[in-house]
Amino acid sequence: MSNLSRNNNPGTFLYRRSLRDSTLLKIFILPVIILLIVMNIFPLFYSLFLSFSDYSAKMSFNWGRNPEMIGGENFSSILRDKVMWQRFITTAKFVLLTVSGQMLLGFGLALLLQAKFPGKGFITTLLILPMTMSPIIVGVMWKLFYNPNWGMFNYLLGLGKIDWTTNTQYNLYACAITDIWMWTPFVMLLSIAGLSAVPKYLYEAAEIDRASWWFKFSRITLPMVFPLLLIALIFRTMEAFKIFDVIMGIAGRGATAPQVLSLYLYNVGFVTWKTSYGSAIGYIMLIMIIAITSIFIKYLNKAKT
Amino acid sequence: MKSKLSLMIAVVLTMTLVVSLSLIGCKAEKPKVVETAAPAETTAPAEEVAETTAPVEEEVPAWQQSEAYAVLQVVTEKWEAIFEKDGYYDPGFDANDFESVQAPSSAPEEVEAGQFITINWAQWAPADNLDALSKDFTAETGIRVIVEQVPWETFVSKYNTEMIAGSDAWDIIVADSQDVGNMAVNGHFVEITDFVVAQGVLDRFTPASMYYYSEYPKGAGRYWSIPVEGDALGWAYRMDLFEDPDNMTAFEAEYGYALGVPQSWDQILDIAEFFHDPDNDFYGVAIYGDNGYDSLAMFAMQTIRAYGGDLGNFETFNVDGYLNSEGAVKGLEYYRDLFQYTPPGFGDAFFIATNDAFVNGIVPMTTNYFAFFPGLATAATNPYADVTGYFTSPPQTTVAGDLKQTTALGGQGASIVKYSKKQDLALKWLEWFARDDTQAKWGMMPGSFTCHAATLESDEFLSAWPFNPNMKESFEIFEDWWAVPQYDEMLRIFSEDLGTYVIAGKQ
Repeated sequence: MSNLSRNNNPGTFLYRRSLRDSTLLKIFILPVIILLIVMNIFPLFYSLFLSFSDYSAKMSFNWGRNPEMIGGENFSSILRDKVMWQRFITTAKFVLLTVSGQMLLGFGLALLLQAKFPGKGFITTLLILPMTMSPIIVGVMWKLFYNPNWGMFNYLLGLGKIDWTTNTQYNLYACAITDIWMWTPFVMLLSIAGLSAVPKYLYEAAEIDRASWWFKFSRITLPMVFPLLLIALIFRTMEAFKIFDVIMGIAGRGATAPQVLSLYLYNVGFVTWKTSYGSAIGYIMLIMIIAITSIFIKYLNKAKT
Repeated sequence: MKSKLSLMIAVVLTMTLVVSLSLIGCKAEKPKVVETAAPAETTAPAEEVAETTAPVEEEVPAWQQSEAYAVLQVVTEKWEAIFEKDGYYDPGFDANDFESVQAPSSAPEEVEAGQFITINWAQWAPADNLDALSKDFTAETGIRVIVEQVPWETFVSKYNTEMIAGSDAWDIIVADSQDVGNMAVNGHFVEITDFVVAQGVLDRFTPASMYYYSEYPKGAGRYWSIPVEGDALGWAYRMDLFEDPDNMTAFEAEYGYALGVPQSWDQILDIAEFFHDPDNDFYGVAIYGDNGYDSLAMFAMQTIRAYGGDLGNFETFNVDGYLNSEGAVKGLEYYRDLFQYTPPGFGDAFFIATNDAFVNGIVPMTTNYFAFFPGLATAATNPYADVTGYFTSPPQTTVAGDLKQTTALGGQGASIVKYSKKQDLALKWLEWFARDDTQAKWGMMPGSFTCHAATLESDEFLSAWPFNPNMKESFEIFEDWWAVPQYDEMLRIFSEDLGTYVIAGKQ
């Protein structure tokens, strides 16, 4: 018998009839756990199972025929497919272009915003706006900017009639420019947070020692902001790797669109309904994202210590 | 700290270097070309060819050494692999061997008033018309009809997803013609063969429309839908430009025949070339380039057939010898050649872009489905409406020397969803819709093209819109895509490989 039940205090009766803290905790957590299992855990394992089978959601479920277990055939087929490797390269190119652009511009803008000038708050708000928009809307909006006949992009830059959306020589770069425009504010915000946290006395001490601008930047600013920049790098790399909506909005999902992995996954999984093959592509993407982010996280942990 | 700084600088420098190299590469990069499996004779190293295969080289016809042949050969192999995997070439394979739920031969006489049915269709003017027309049905029966419209971009994938989930959200789907096999074999639609026969639909609707919109397997006599929107690709042109004396003189001097309504596909190409003047923002022709769904495939299908090629044999499922034939190669090369004369940014052009180019006065002629032509025939939406003429896809001498006239079929048929809990009401709507008087009214609505034979023949229909005679003519020559359950995968392969070839040709 617990101490509580031996207590003769009148309030104890009510307390005994009510729920224990641990029970309450479980009840509150339970809906989330159920939701996670139904929406995340089950699909994760179900798609893993499907990736080892030959299954099309379009056909009726018929165990042994649809799905038919085929082992690792989907994975070997994907990895042997030359076109698939081209898609990996296109995706990697997109990730490198966008993430490097966002990191450089975002950090650069954050440094500029350290200065005090009139309307700074207003300009900062304006700069953040692209990030708050829906990616598909951004894609469709930029598609209009890129229109070769009457779009603003060519007109303002005096580029003639370059077809930015369906010309395969240019449309990857068009999508990258849009993604950079949209997500640079994210890096900028994290950088501003990092820069604000740098103790002022470090700069004061450096000033006393007559340190140069570059010395202060390379020995104080950059090292102090580095962990936050790494976090931005991790998030942006993960997101850029999964890019879909911006490309869909600008270039569609056809043969002339930049053939990134997620677009291919969509076409395989939801246009031609090769569900198991699509699941296998999804898992390969997952493994790649985990591998890349693990490397960054390792450096992040080192940076923290 | 130093190591962190070095790492950061190294990362930034590497990224900058890669981006710079990528941008340099961008300038030098050649247009993307489809990975092709060119014939063995053409892929051997040059020295080897010179040493060993010189006599063989002469035996390979020029058309088999073309890039278009290589593209079509790849598609042929991929398509046949799909059929082979699914057992279509196995001895004893029977495409008719699948079960179905059969609807009664007639709808119930009496139904409870105050009920409603929901019809799913794409978002366009004919769906608005169907909504308006169905008010007559409501007045007659008391059954309310809700027409839910889904944007074209997601129309097919949305109703497929709903069917996979066994959804009863819709009682009737007005589905694309090529989807009839998928919906029938996978058991999503109710079979209405008894109903079609008992109601005399086969006698009252054109045979071609029943074959393409309703029947699966083709020739098996099993029906799944009532044709709602008969449609085909047609052409609109600027009569003022075609009849301009200066243009006529210059054209005749250059091409040796009079400028006028094109009498062949070859003439369409000549006219497009003649008018193409990009320096003055005027282009030769507006045709489809979008390859996300079926627009590019439909246009390619008709040029391939016009020159004597085909998609395959719909009864034996053989593709080799049809899609990789000389006529098909010529047809695909033609598409690529014609695409050179489109306005900039036409790589994703579908019905809106082609109509827009025409009404903005930057092209002398455009293709589109007839259902989209009311916009061109109306002065409010087309400043050139009074000088806009229409023509049917013309005949063309094939590579074999025959004369072939064909066009691509569009349009959809209405089918009852197997998961619907109101199948009786849905059947009642189909019965009403297939009636002669309903079809007569349907055929008069702008952009709604009936497949009802008597209405199509009527003077009232033929004079309702300036393009209606061309529409009727197209009904006699239109041909469709594969309607097998694998059509979507085949369409994706075709659109990707041919799309890259056609669009990249302009870059």
